[in-house]
Amino acid sequence: MTTSVSAPAALASAKRRTGRGLDRGFRYLAVGSGVLIVAVLASVAVFLLIRAWPALRAGESISSEVGWIPAGSSVLSVIGPLVFGTVLAAIVALVIAVPVAVGIALFISHYAPRRIANALGYMVDLLAAIPSVVYGLWGVMVLAPMLHPIFQWMVKWLGWIPLFAGDSAGNASNPPRVLMTAALVLAVMILPIITAVCREVFLTTPPLHEEAALALGATRWEMIRMAVLPYGRSGIISAAMLGLGRALGETMAVLMVLSPGLAYSFKLLVASQQQTIAANIAAKFNDATEMGVSALIATGLALFVITMAVNMVARGIVARRKDFSGAN
Amino acid sequence: MSQRIETKDLNIYYGSFRAVADVTMSIEPRSVTALIGPSGCGKSTFLRTLNRMHEVIPGGRVEGTVAIDGVDLYGPDVDPVAVRRQVGMVFQRPNPFPTMSIAENVLAGVRLNNRRISKSDAADLVERSLRGANLWKEVKDRLDRPGSGLSGGQQQRLCIARAIAVEPQVLLMDEPCSALDPISTLAIEDLIADLKSRYTIIIVTHNMQQAARVSDRTGFFNLEEAGEPGRLVEIDDTSTIFSAPREQATEDYISGRFG
Ligand SMILES: Nc1ncnc2c1ncn2[C@@H]1O[C@H](COP(=O)(O)OP(=O)(O)O)[C@@H](O)[C@H]1O
Ligand SMILES: [Mg+2]
Repeated sequence: MTTSVSAPAALASAKRRTGRGLDRGFRYLAVGSGVLIVAVLASVAVFLLIRAWPALRAGESISSEVGWIPAGSSVLSVIGPLVFGTVLAAIVALVIAVPVAVGIALFISHYAPRRIANALGYMVDLLAAIPSVVYGLWGVMVLAPMLHPIFQWMVKWLGWIPLFAGDSAGNASNPPRVLMTAALVLAVMILPIITAVCREVFLTTPPLHEEAALALGATRWEMIRMAVLPYGRSGIISAAMLGLGRALGETMAVLMVLSPGLAYSFKLLVASQQQTIAANIAAKFNDATEMGVSALIATGLALFVITMAVNMVARGIVARRKDFSGAN
Repeated sequence: MSQRIETKDLNIYYGSFRAVADVTMSIEPRSVTALIGPSGCGKSTFLRTLNRMHEVIPGGRVEGTVAIDGVDLYGPDVDPVAVRRQVGMVFQRPNPFPTMSIAENVLAGVRLNNRRISKSDAADLVERSLRGANLWKEVKDRLDRPGSGLSGGQQQRLCIARAIAVEPQVLLMDEPCSALDPISTLAIEDLIADLKSRYTIIIVTHNMQQAARVSDRTGFFNLEEAGEPGRLVEIDDTSTIFSAPREQATEDYISGRFG
């Protein structure tokens, strides 16, 4: 009698104990990975800071040692315009790419017949396989000549908007090695990743919600606005942030397309106004002195900080409406 | 306001598969009709042809006619979107929009039909619809909270509120209580009794007591065997179906001797 009661009890407690061991193992693994990631991030930051320190400390005297820093400027005073150029190029690219990507993704997920959808999805994915040097070449040799008349038109009719202002003679630069061209190339480059993520997100909209909208008498577009886009909102933001991350760090295409400058200038259609951090590092790294390398690393530190900030802002946006995300 | 529904020789297909065959039935305005039958016999499929939701499924098509007050829903110049605004639907699983608040959920259909609605009209409509769905008291203090935070039964009543906010003529319900507990089920059944005075209601249910409790008429669908289309065996007053059905198959199903 007693054995028949105690045997299962012993079994149950034994099972619970091994379960607990596994539990603890997973907890250590999870905590360990978390610590590791923080450690890697911190060590990158510390490395950048240590190597950047000489340039940061040198103040304005650095301009005599490092050729690309204008006379009388410190590293900090050139980081400003570089950060500005980097963020401007990435944001313009994003503004162009996100609506197009969302449109293509919606077409693939909700409008196109399956065969066309698959072919189109495949083609967009192929865009991701093109090396960025090729994008750079294409930007300079194919896209830029086509764009000049359009830019000229924009300066003429939209020039009152500061973004589209012309140069002192009221012209768009020719050849258009301008930020707008670079941003367009960047937009094409980040299109595949944004489209792919959006497409996956849209395809996972629960049919339940789509049918709820349709049964209320929504047209297909209204259904998309009611059910698909709100449901995919955080996914679209994540996709955009992935694209932004790529655009911020992209080097070759910008290096090849953009004629650099170090101004805080919103002029997208005029050459020699802005430069991005990544392209500047690539352009100056080869023949940099020790102090030059330190200055470039200081700019790299700034890029690191921006990228972190972008990710944190994105997380904030996603978290803010968590109650309404459909995840509960 | 509510109108008679008539189907004639209705055949419903998924691609080349005929899921439902030759349904001819007539439904009186302001009545509750229950559709019962074993699963897979095509009750949901049939219900979804009454608001043209069937064709949303790729390959879904219909032969025959469905008429509301003499107008064929499948006529050449009938817009399915317009049909769905006249014929509301409540699904088996509660499906409030998770990204909308309770109030926005109620207004979702109205915003489609008539974009401009003043704040006070909107507030009135939200209250009226939620009262109509017996949900007002429970949610009036949290109208701006997400609808997905409610219990299953409350979510289903929210979906009913959303459907009646656009004042349809017909309300279709596909097993609206199958995901709910007995108390919530009772709340929905009470609600159906209230709604009957204004809407024509067609409800699919697996629960025969429920059919007996809520409906005026009951239709029995059956499936001769898997792969064959489902058919309407008979439709009659609920009391007749449950006491003296004409067909042996109905008798067998109701008394649990089915299969
Ligand atoms: N989306 C679909 N595609 C193809 N066949 C379907 C689909 N939905 C239902 N069916 C088929 O149609 C028949 C009727 O199904 P349904 O209307 O869901 O039955 P019920 O609601 O009575 O349980 C079944 O044979 C089912 O397999
Ligand atoms: Mg069903």
